[in-house]
Amino acid sequence: MALKRGIGVSAGVVVADALVLDTAETRVPRRTVAAEQIPHELDLVDRAFAAAAAEIANERQELSKRAGNELADIFGFHERWLNDQKPRKEIAQQVESRRYSAAYAISVFMRKYRRRFQEMASPFLQERGKDVLDIERRLLHHVGGEARQELSALESPVIVVAHDLTPSQVVMLEKTKKVLGFATDAGGSTSHTAILAAGLGLPAVVGLEDITAHVSSGDTLVVDGMHGVVVINPDASQRAEYDTQAAHLLEVKATLGELRGLPAQTRDGHTIELLGNIEFPTEVAVCLEQGATGIGLFRTEFLFLQDGPPPDEEAQYQVYKSAIEAVGGHPLVIRTMDLGGDKCHTGGAWEPEKNPFLGLRSIRYSLQHLTMFRAQLRAIARASLLGDVRVMFPLISRIMELRQAKFVLNLVKEELEESGYEFTRPLPVGVMVETPAAAICARELARETDFLSIGTNDLIQYTLAVDRGNERVAQLYTPADPSIIRLIRGVVRDGGRCNAKVSICGEMAGDPLFTILLLGLGLRTLSMAAGHIPVVKNIIRCITMTDAEKVKRRVLSFETEREVLNYLRVETRKVWGDL
Amino acid sequence: MTEANGQAELEVTISNVQGLHARPVMRFVDLASTFRSSIRVLKRSDGKSVDGKSPMEMMLLEGVKGTVFGICAQGPDAKEAVQALADLVNSRFGEE
Repeated sequence: MALKRGIGVSAGVVVADALVLDTAETRVPRRTVAAEQIPHELDLVDRAFAAAAAEIANERQELSKRAGNELADIFGFHERWLNDQKPRKEIAQQVESRRYSAAYAISVFMRKYRRRFQEMASPFLQERGKDVLDIERRLLHHVGGEARQELSALESPVIVVAHDLTPSQVVMLEKTKKVLGFATDAGGSTSHTAILAAGLGLPAVVGLEDITAHVSSGDTLVVDGMHGVVVINPDASQRAEYDTQAAHLLEVKATLGELRGLPAQTRDGHTIELLGNIEFPTEVAVCLEQGATGIGLFRTEFLFLQDGPPPDEEAQYQVYKSAIEAVGGHPLVIRTMDLGGDKCHTGGAWEPEKNPFLGLRSIRYSLQHLTMFRAQLRAIARASLLGDVRVMFPLISRIMELRQAKFVLNLVKEELEESGYEFTRPLPVGVMVETPAAAICARELARETDFLSIGTNDLIQYTLAVDRGNERVAQLYTPADPSIIRLIRGVVRDGGRCNAKVSICGEMAGDPLFTILLLGLGLRTLSMAAGHIPVVKNIIRCITMTDAEKVKRRVLSFETEREVLNYLRVETRKVWGDL
Repeated sequence: MTEANGQAELEVTISNVQGLHARPVMRFVDLASTFRSSIRVLKRSDGKSVDGKSPMEMMLLEGVKGTVFGICAQGPDAKEAVQALADLVNSRFGEE
């Protein structure tokens, strides 16, 4: 048994035999043809283009019906490219002048064209190289130069393992209905492949780095697309556990449709606010669709992660504006820049820090780079005139930081008022509680803010002194540690005493295993990735607050994370069992 | 805009936060293809020049926020083409 961790990009648990896709680049045999053959080969080229273009137009239509226009748009470029006369002409030219076979001419041209993308420094253009590879494969398939793996001839369900998968391949895999999920070496959470997997509901884990080296076709695999975990050849009891989880998740999925319109309310009438975490304005729609009643965390980092200077106030304003328009009257919490200097610094050289995690990052960086901070705050303040916007400061570790940040915010609002903007209502200000200092002094912070949001990801790392990215100690990272649970209890209590609303927005908030406990600890607002909302809502609707409080008391009596996890598993399963 | 003898040119700066990603490029190509004039797009910083109606060539064009391009058209509707395309770029391609 081996356990590998990667990036979970599409929730769901599946158990099946692995099918490892061939990673070798397809080679087309070099072939030149006799002069009389040339017209025939030219005809083949034309037909390959036409067939590929028709096929993708079809797929795009189908995809648009099943999963919406935005997903289908990913293929928009492929379609236009295939209808472009230029590549067709150049390939035909090679057939004529060098007497290449249609397949070989296409292969040579596409490879050269694709290399131009892969050689460019920008990751932006390299991603496009993947799209080109997709087009290349499709063309070669239609000209008959490639033996395609016959996935539709599968008899039993499989989990596909590959170095990487192109968007077209994901669509193709899902269509077979025999591929239950996939795992790849490469890939990130924002690639087209990941977006498609999530949009189509195909559990997937990417970025595993070397899964293809550890799995052979026929191995039993478990893919947990929510936690980004792949288990190779689980033992009997693990297999049974995962099978149960998988089955339950499928049941939950089945009741999803009905759940969307129903409130997140416990059986004894307590309403829980379920909000979404997003990185881009386009994700707002998905969150709302999944049942979120607002956005509890709008991460703004993408604005600062691009090449060139950071976006100015106007550019940021437009982004926040589109998010507010999408959220339609519901609350939107915008978090100010939460990056290390190494990622966002632009004016001059950045001396690398030995320990960036404990260095000049997030609010500290913002407070020392007021031009950038003011621009962001101005944009947020202006945006707050358009809807229910709230601003949140990350990584606060002392009251002075909060006061300074609020001071800059008030300055910015005054300036705006002088230029004619009218703030008819106060802009709620909140703090991410993600340092032990903030958690311990939550009461002081709560007195001077409107809300506290517990950022468990970093809070756990800082509190347990564990770098979850370090393989040697990653297993020590856990939300179930008694210290974390007590910290959360304390923050909820302190916040409550000072009339600050307390919510939770780290991964723990969206993990169904902890839902009952979090409710028992007093949390009434949970913010999570869209995909987790339906499952969490399900659990909320099946329990009473009395149950939750009983669970809390029991959990607080445990000394080890192991006891906590075992107990929570049993209690959560009881609830799912009632479905 | 500079124009003479069926040729027109305008300079634009990319203002999208996300730069020239797939969708803006598609919009540009679609719009360019509606004009009779030939369209070329020149990247000022490295002199690269591509056919504005060809997805294949436009795909190779990289632009982030702030990149400056020249849009050149030659033909009977050169002036309208250049203006329309410049408007598209300046309106952030209708995004954001």
